[in-house]
Amino acid sequence: MNLTLKVWRQSGPDATGRIETYEARDIPSEASFLEMLDIVNTGIIESGGEPIHFDHDCREGICGACSLAINGVPHSKESGITTCQVHMRKFRDGDTIWIEPFRARSFPVLKDLMVDRSAFDRIIAAGGYIDVRTGSAPEANGIPIGKEDADAAFDAATCIGCGACVAACKNASAMLFTGAKAYHLNTLPQGLAEKDGRVLAMVRQMDAEGFGNCTNQYECEAVCPKEISADVISKLNRDYAAAALREAVAG
Amino acid sequence: MQKSDVLLKKPQMNSLGRTLLRFWNSSIGKKLIVAVTGLMLVGFLVGHMAGNLLIFQGREDLNDYAEFLHHMLHGWGVWFVRIGLLTAFVLHIVATVSLVRQNRAARDSRYAHDATVQASGSSRIMIWSGLTVLAFVVFHILHFTVRVDSQLAAMKDPGDPARHDVYGMVIAGFSNPLVVLFYIVAISLLCSHLSHGIASIFQTLGLRTVKTRAAIRAVGLAVSVVLWLGFLSIPFLVATGVLKDDKGAAANLSPGHVQQSPLAEN
Amino acid sequence: MASNASSQSSPNGTLNSAVPDGPLATKWTDYKAHAKLINPANKRKYSVIVVGSGLAGGAAAATLSELGYQVKCFCYQDSPRRAHSIAAQGGINGAKNYQNDGDSVWRLFYDTIKGGDFRSREANVHRLAEISLQIIDQCVAQGVPFAREYGGALANRSFGGAQVSRTFYARGQTGQQLLLGCYQALEKEVAKGGVKMYSRTEMLDLVVVNGHAKGIVVRDLVTGEISSHAGDAVILATGGYGNVFFLSTNAMGCNVTAALRAHKRGAYFANPCYTQIHPTCIPVSGDYQSKLTLMSESLRNDGRIWVPKSREDAAKIRSGELMAKDIPEEARDYYLERKYPSFGNLAPRDISSRSAKEACDDGRGVAKTGLGVFLDFSDAIRRLGKDTIKARYGNLFQMYEKIAGEDPYETPMKIYPAVHYTMGGLWVDYNLMSNIPGLHVLGEANFSDHGANRLGASALMQGLADGYFVIPATLPTYLAGQKPGAVTTAAPEFQQVEDEVKGRIAQLMSVKGATPVDAFHRELGLLLWNQCGMARTEAGLKEALAEIPRIREKFWKDVRIPGDPDGVNMELEKAWRVADFIDFAEILCYDALTREESCGGHFREEHQFTDDDEDVRSGYTNPGEAKRHDERFCHVAAWEYKGPGVPPVLHKEPLDFEAVEPSVRSYK
Repeated sequence: MNLTLKVWRQSGPDATGRIETYEARDIPSEASFLEMLDIVNTGIIESGGEPIHFDHDCREGICGACSLAINGVPHSKESGITTCQVHMRKFRDGDTIWIEPFRARSFPVLKDLMVDRSAFDRIIAAGGYIDVRTGSAPEANGIPIGKEDADAAFDAATCIGCGACVAACKNASAMLFTGAKAYHLNTLPQGLAEKDGRVLAMVRQMDAEGFGNCTNQYECEAVCPKEISADVISKLNRDYAAAALREAVAG
Repeated sequence: MQKSDVLLKKPQMNSLGRTLLRFWNSSIGKKLIVAVTGLMLVGFLVGHMAGNLLIFQGREDLNDYAEFLHHMLHGWGVWFVRIGLLTAFVLHIVATVSLVRQNRAARDSRYAHDATVQASGSSRIMIWSGLTVLAFVVFHILHFTVRVDSQLAAMKDPGDPARHDVYGMVIAGFSNPLVVLFYIVAISLLCSHLSHGIASIFQTLGLRTVKTRAAIRAVGLAVSVVLWLGFLSIPFLVATGVLKDDKGAAANLSPGHVQQSPLAEN
Repeated sequence: MASNASSQSSPNGTLNSAVPDGPLATKWTDYKAHAKLINPANKRKYSVIVVGSGLAGGAAAATLSELGYQVKCFCYQDSPRRAHSIAAQGGINGAKNYQNDGDSVWRLFYDTIKGGDFRSREANVHRLAEISLQIIDQCVAQGVPFAREYGGALANRSFGGAQVSRTFYARGQTGQQLLLGCYQALEKEVAKGGVKMYSRTEMLDLVVVNGHAKGIVVRDLVTGEISSHAGDAVILATGGYGNVFFLSTNAMGCNVTAALRAHKRGAYFANPCYTQIHPTCIPVSGDYQSKLTLMSESLRNDGRIWVPKSREDAAKIRSGELMAKDIPEEARDYYLERKYPSFGNLAPRDISSRSAKEACDDGRGVAKTGLGVFLDFSDAIRRLGKDTIKARYGNLFQMYEKIAGEDPYETPMKIYPAVHYTMGGLWVDYNLMSNIPGLHVLGEANFSDHGANRLGASALMQGLADGYFVIPATLPTYLAGQKPGAVTTAAPEFQQVEDEVKGRIAQLMSVKGATPVDAFHRELGLLLWNQCGMARTEAGLKEALAEIPRIREKFWKDVRIPGDPDGVNMELEKAWRVADFIDFAEILCYDALTREESCGGHFREEHQFTDDDEDVRSGYTNPGEAKRHDERFCHVAAWEYKGPGVPPVLHKEPLDFEAVEPSVRSYK
């Protein structure tokens, strides 16, 4: 199949970017989206240009490295997948495809379609963990955890930290990402001891990173490749309110 | 910032002022304020609409109700409510405007090819529907509460000339087609605002779960629709002549006031 | 530690496995009881460099920081959370015996030794089985959401041919959940200041000072800056070398550079020919293909593997004239069930993979390329209902449909083996220290615990065992003899290595040829897959060894790297890695050529059971099975680098089996 690509090119973090047009010729429909870009890049390199840079690694939808807004939607309009799982058979011959980096002030562009998502690491570092010293753990079956809680925690824990939630949000809010980790850890009995401190610290870090606020439009859950529900944001709000109240009045 | 820092600073955190400031400065804190004030305003709207609908009971009931509002708690009640509502209203606006500014800054670049997957139209114009409602509220208060129009201010209940004729004022007020048009636009935008806002209150207060999700959405839509129908029924019925003021003070008004509305001819 | 009498030295006297004395079951306990300790006040004076942030590296960095060491951790990914451990699907073994089905540390030890085809070190494997218990405790305490039963207890499943249910799992995302637990522990230490994390930073060389590993030279993948880092010890946890085959289930960035650079600086590379080919991957569909996707082995619990009995039927399926459902039951060859009646479709990975290759080589493959077999769920759907199958494998079926464009509920999946894991790696002793003092190697990057073949759900176990429990206990054995901070980047060796690295980058950039990097990688990969893949021959390996220098020469004459090295340049990153893969490929082929036997993941066609063998006549095993030669090859083959173009030198670490008697592996 033949396609026209409108691709964001930006030579470095401080450079001005612009959309450039490329023709993608003879793309096999079995190829994945990133393989299509590989083919285009081979052509660019052979004709003396610099290839389009994009982040990618596992190419099976789990590492969270790949990004790209495809026709304005992070990971494409197909639900429940990452960019690396998009296949060309979903496009039609002759289509024009817009390919842009994830856009948010807290995700500065490094080059072309690559962005810096280290703000997510700092949110986790602020409190997205259970503080247990290696070797000091009690017997694993010592705390029974109901299947429902375990499953709910798991659903939230499937977040791959790709940043699509931020990129899709009109406000570049990181509430789905932050909420998912807080939900995972605050739902399990192991995580309860640090619950208040965790929520307060993670939200404060999230704010300090310059992410926007949730306006409950749920674009995030629509593009989340792991289909994490915005219910995790609801729980984050609740846990934050309770934690802030306890912080204000408790000794 | 580390979590351990937060825990270590615990003694200072007992300062209520500091905590409130932090709460206000945090994204979720401000949103909680928006939600709680929003809830108060929705409550007011429901009460206001219910009161308005007394107009269908006739002049006496509506005017009785108005008199009751002005005299409850020796006249303190209405001011108590007004101050509460004003505070909620101001907080709601200040917090949302601040959030919108932060949100615009957080998304400092736009997609060349933008797309929306599931955000509702209402949710995307919240700031505009909100600001329109703000403008309307100012007009509405000047119109029906402060009554800058001396003729509306002068209307007296024909059955009890000592008291103001709310019934007559409403019908006279809605005789102006520009007023009606602004009213319709504003109430429609208000209900659009609420169709997203009411469900959002639940989300922000942390009450939305997998089990309550559908119900919350339905309640939000239902309340919005009921308010829209309730508020707009009055100008609609005035315009269609179902509600009219044949013996009241409206007759005393200058002819222009009435005849400006071609719909009111029958 | 006193070395065991059995750990003989190689001719030049350096290969000492340092396995402690005493009975197998108490070696690790005794070791820990007598190991050297470092005073808490002194620990913070020691700095440790950890390269890699997967299960092994991340766990080591987090735990060493908890203990008080100053840790620097490096990864090429943009976040430590993306290390390729994240892609492991199936599960992690732990000999908890929660199912009361007769499991024990001994049984896990025995299964791992046997699964590894008696080519691993007993003491290491036993330690691994012991630690498996603690790992599960640790991960649960961290909040890893393992699957649970309705009563709230942890659930287990049988995995990869094990006859007990000892595998803990988190749906099909066990690796992800374990890695996130580890990553969170790591970030916690980053916040506390014990770990300094360097993301998007790739190690390009090792710095050896006075014979000890004391630092690394790295490239910042964003700015292109080359810099040196010194430490009192260096830990490599940089994963395996599966991407030498170009197509594999590894992530695109996985590479052998760190291990190969250490090898070139003197570290021995052990058993590189032990490569694991995973039997259940989605077949290759075309030349443009960039990687292969694994379908969890758990599918073999309910799926039946088959090809048509006749080549004609297979040809018609390939051309689209016939569908799978058109082939009647009696015309199907469920070859695993036929050859291995007691294990059937759950036969170990090496056996399943080789059987698929045999069927396809016989002209009975069913994918368009001829390289694919059916994995059929229609029986299971009939027996258990579609809903049960959906509950068990729904997400996997969905993933398959997205990639292959076919609905596995309706038509059988097509699968083919793909390179998945590499058992070989840098040689380490019981302390996980290589023959370069101070250089420790963990996880898939070392050779230590899986012998010639790794069992399912054992990779995660080994990575975490090495990182959380082994290295924190064994590192002081080395560090106690070192003065903290004695070597800094001011040592002339750092400048020298930095200059070499910069020179090599300049050399790569100056080629200015016509061919993109990927073309060379693809050519190398195809060569290795054909000559050093699932089945190897002397002639093929010799051909590969003749071909590799030709690829190298062409690479250095004709590679094109656009852009410049100061800043993000992914072609330069790839070129550096591919240049190292080319050099590494030779060691891989030398090892495969020298090991004149078949064992585990290494299958030499010259060495297989035939009808003449007693074990075949007695019905104990089948013709075509791997034939080991214990009398000649019961050793670890550790290769020493001798310079470019010079054959490496072999050192042997004999494997003595005290607790287990090596036998012919039979899964009949």
